[in-house]
Amino acid sequence: MNHQNDDDKIRQLLKQNIRPVNQELERDLWPHMLRRLEERPAAVPWFDWALAAVVVLSIILVPSTIPMLLYHL
Amino acid sequence: MEQPSELLERFARGDLDAFESLFRQFQGDVFRWIVRIVCERGAAEDLTIETFWRIHRAHARFDPERNFAAWARRIATNTALDYLKVARREVELPEDLPDLRSSALGDPGVRQDVRERVGKAFGELPAKLRVTATLALIEEEPYQEIADALGISVGAVKLRVFRAVRLLRKQLKQLGVEP
Repeated sequence: MNHQNDDDKIRQLLKQNIRPVNQELERDLWPHMLRRLEERPAAVPWFDWALAAVVVLSIILVPSTIPMLLYHL
Repeated sequence: MEQPSELLERFARGDLDAFESLFRQFQGDVFRWIVRIVCERGAAEDLTIETFWRIHRAHARFDPERNFAAWARRIATNTALDYLKVARREVELPEDLPDLRSSALGDPGVRQDVRERVGKAFGELPAKLRVTATLALIEEEPYQEIADALGISVGAVKLRVFRAVRLLRKQLKQLGVEP
């Protein structure tokens, strides 16, 4: 019973102090959405692809480089 | 609001016009849901766009037989939760806080002080507890709706509310606010 009372008091305290005033959307967000949709995804630079290819090739052709690669990670 | 299944099928196939129709139909609902959780209008607008961005990216996984509004609400809840995990509410309070009793609450200065302390205590709750407490205690949403939006059971919602209240009581006591 006491706990229920405490819970109600906390509920009241939160409602009085936390609740936002206005919960209605006051403008159309579609133009912003459209801009977001038109943004190009970040491209991976070509040298990152080249580096990844070198790493994969060295693992396949010279497996003894694996410990060295792991050490540098 | 029921959506024509043809519209949902077109959306699932990636049709931008269908997405625009759904956006215009549901942006208000999604915004209202998010602003209740994060309690900041500016952030809620950004998060509404982020939610629809996630919805757009996930269009191929959407089953047109499902309820779009419930799916969107679930994604909106996760988006708001991600935001709360990163953006902690920063409220600086002095070290030696005087006790605030309810008898002094008529004073506007004291009321502002209480507001700041309650905001700080609430902001320090873990994000998952804060979201659950906001929806259950402040907005008084039915537990079943909260459970659906969070993807957990009603029992888990009750447990989170219990833990949130217990933590809040402790935090408020430390900040000199006796509920």
